[in-house]
Amino acid sequence: MSSEDRGSRVLLVFAHPALERSHANTALANAAEAVEGVTFHDLYEAYPDFVIDVEAEQRRLLDHQVIALQFPLYWYSTPALMKEWLDLVWLHGFAYGKGGTRLVGKRLFVACTTGGPAQAYHRRGYNRFTMDEFLRPLEQTADLCGMSWETPFVVHGARLKTGDQIVAEAGRFRARLEGLVASARETA
Amino acid sequence: MHANLLMQAVVYLAASVVSVPIAKRLGLGSVLGYLIAGAVVGPYALSLVGAQEDVMAFAEFGVVILLFLIGLEVRPALLWSMRKTIFGLGGAQVVATAAAIAAVSIALGLEWKTAVAVGFVLAMSSTAIVLQTLDEKGLRQGPVGRAAFGVLLLQDLSIIPLFALLPLLAVAPVRLTSETAHSASLIADLPAWLQTLAVLGAVAAVIGVGRYAIQPLFRYIAQARLREIFTATALLIVVGVAVLMQSVGLSPALGAFLAGVVLAESEFRRELETDIEPFRGLLLGLFFITVGASIDFALVLRQPLMLIGLVLGLMTLKFVVMFGLALIGGATARAATAVAVALAQGGEFAFVLLTFTVGAGVIEPDLAALLTAAVALSMALTPLAMLGFEKTATLMDAALPDVSTAEPQFEADDAEPDIIIAGFGRFGQITGRLLQANGFRSTVLDADIEQIDLLRRFGRRVHYGDATRMDLLRAAGADRARMLIVALDDQEKTTELVERARQAFPDLTIIARAFDRRHAYDLLANGADAVERETFESALSMGVTALRSLGFRAHRAQRAADYFRRHDRRTFEELRPKWGQTEAYMLASRDAAQTMDRLLAADLERMRPGASDGWDPSGRDEDQREEVDGGPARAD
Repeated sequence: MSSEDRGSRVLLVFAHPALERSHANTALANAAEAVEGVTFHDLYEAYPDFVIDVEAEQRRLLDHQVIALQFPLYWYSTPALMKEWLDLVWLHGFAYGKGGTRLVGKRLFVACTTGGPAQAYHRRGYNRFTMDEFLRPLEQTADLCGMSWETPFVVHGARLKTGDQIVAEAGRFRARLEGLVASARETA
Repeated sequence: MHANLLMQAVVYLAASVVSVPIAKRLGLGSVLGYLIAGAVVGPYALSLVGAQEDVMAFAEFGVVILLFLIGLEVRPALLWSMRKTIFGLGGAQVVATAAAIAAVSIALGLEWKTAVAVGFVLAMSSTAIVLQTLDEKGLRQGPVGRAAFGVLLLQDLSIIPLFALLPLLAVAPVRLTSETAHSASLIADLPAWLQTLAVLGAVAAVIGVGRYAIQPLFRYIAQARLREIFTATALLIVVGVAVLMQSVGLSPALGAFLAGVVLAESEFRRELETDIEPFRGLLLGLFFITVGASIDFALVLRQPLMLIGLVLGLMTLKFVVMFGLALIGGATARAATAVAVALAQGGEFAFVLLTFTVGAGVIEPDLAALLTAAVALSMALTPLAMLGFEKTATLMDAALPDVSTAEPQFEADDAEPDIIIAGFGRFGQITGRLLQANGFRSTVLDADIEQIDLLRRFGRRVHYGDATRMDLLRAAGADRARMLIVALDDQEKTTELVERARQAFPDLTIIARAFDRRHAYDLLANGADAVERETFESALSMGVTALRSLGFRAHRAQRAADYFRRHDRRTFEELRPKWGQTEAYMLASRDAAQTMDRLLAADLERMRPGASDGWDPSGRDEDQREEVDGGPARAD
């Protein structure tokens, strides 16, 4: 499920431990894979045993202008393997810290699905904080690494969506990715 | 003749069996036990055995074997790294000790030529006693053992020039007795340059044959799978080398040592060691007995003060010289003391040299008899002296607990492995490589000669040998290793090995490869600490490959196998107490299998597409919210 081509501008790092149970993420992933200029990289498929190839992952990051992370929100954060990937690959001296300038100038884009509806992610909602607030750790990660932060793409209430709604969301996602590819080509 | 021989054997064996365990239990060490046994049965006490010369010549072969075995442990590289110890410390010891003893002898009124001869004769120490004692105390591999060994090696080397030079010191006309034949080699009548050539040729032959001919020979014999022929071959090599060396006038012990060094890199090293070891023990024991028996108590009683003075004077002098040299060589005071105490006695070569010098007219027979007794007594006192030194050192340690005794260790050798791996085929290799890659030193034993051949070609160190032999395991270092990994592909042998190793080495962690579940239980019952069913993990792994090919996502396939493994291992543990009780096991087994199947199905059900779990409470229907709050951590 991984496609790699030299002309790719956008690296889509995807993490879902049980994709077979998610209609929304399957639709989004399929849409993303079809976009020309996007390298689709499925972490749970590549590393089912959680043993990440750090060097290959770093090379992959360097080969792209835009780093996109697609995942379902688990406990207000990324799934475990994506966190492991961040911990192991985005190292001191590579992504940040002394000599850690390899990601400077790149862009970080987050695409995220939630189980709860949009109104739950609100000051007076069930989860008490906004989506922007929950994504702050990643936003700060981008900042620390000298990357610019793209407005996240969020699908709320993924489980409750109908088939048509999901198709619409997938189209919206594809458009967003195509926009990123195009702008990355311009800056290159 | 036969009856006489057997009778003698009975006396020697009985004396050893009675006295050695007692000496050991009293903490005196086996050497002293043998010496006392010899003194008791010898011609000057119970007189159960006769003159010692014949037995002695035979028993000296124990020293030859000892040196061969030591050679096996010394790789050429190690020998090279010891060159300073051997020639520096060793050379200094021989010259300085000989000079000191000669000076004292002249002061005591001996003719200078005789004094010099006596000096060189007494400068020799006893390889057999020193190494055996150090070995029993676990000191032989350390810096003390290394220094002592270097000195002993040079003493052995110096025998060659001594045989040539001692006759030049003759003060009396040469007595042509049969004893002079001791030194007479086949080539004694040849001109000097031919003799030199013969000596070099013999050494080259040992190295050449050891390098190129012995390996194929052993391989051929190993394929025949006849253990006693292997042992016979090993003995043949040692005896052959000894005879060859003697025929060109070299020390047989030195030749055996050389042969050992040449074979130290061979994959048959462990097997050779194990096969020869019992001969070494018995013959050395015999040697010590003959030394004990040769102590002339009549002479001791006639000149008690003279002898006591000689023995104490000799040992003190040798101690002082060695101590000083070791200090100059950079040893700590404690190490220097240990080396000096160890080497303070006269050696077995002194007996040979004394006989020789009397024959050559260098030393008077009366003096020689006196010196022989003194040397024998000093040998007998060595284990006691070492014991005294140890006790004092322990007392000093107790008084000064902070004094560091840490000293550089012997180069890493696989005599001190962390792990012993028995069986290095398809299974053991994987486990072994993982452990080696993580820095654990391992000694590998395999009984398949073709397999070893192949592995050696890839540069891996593998020893030939049947690991079910405890003596071989011991030689491989099992009593010091942390772990034994049994990876044989033979069920019966595995069980046998686990059972025996558990008995022989109670502290060793044993991990064994099991054929199946039953075998696994058997192994655990026989003392294995952990087992691994040989096909379990690979079968599971194949299941994962199959699931993925059938369209499962990689992570789902992995988790399915993880659940399966966990349930299977639980069942294995739960049924373990029932193993052996056929009826109960069958019942429990059926029961457990059903329970486990149900639990596994439940686990797998949770992973099925459409299964409804999830952590995000805001995504649930209102009526379900209560039960999933803070619940399982999966959402869409």
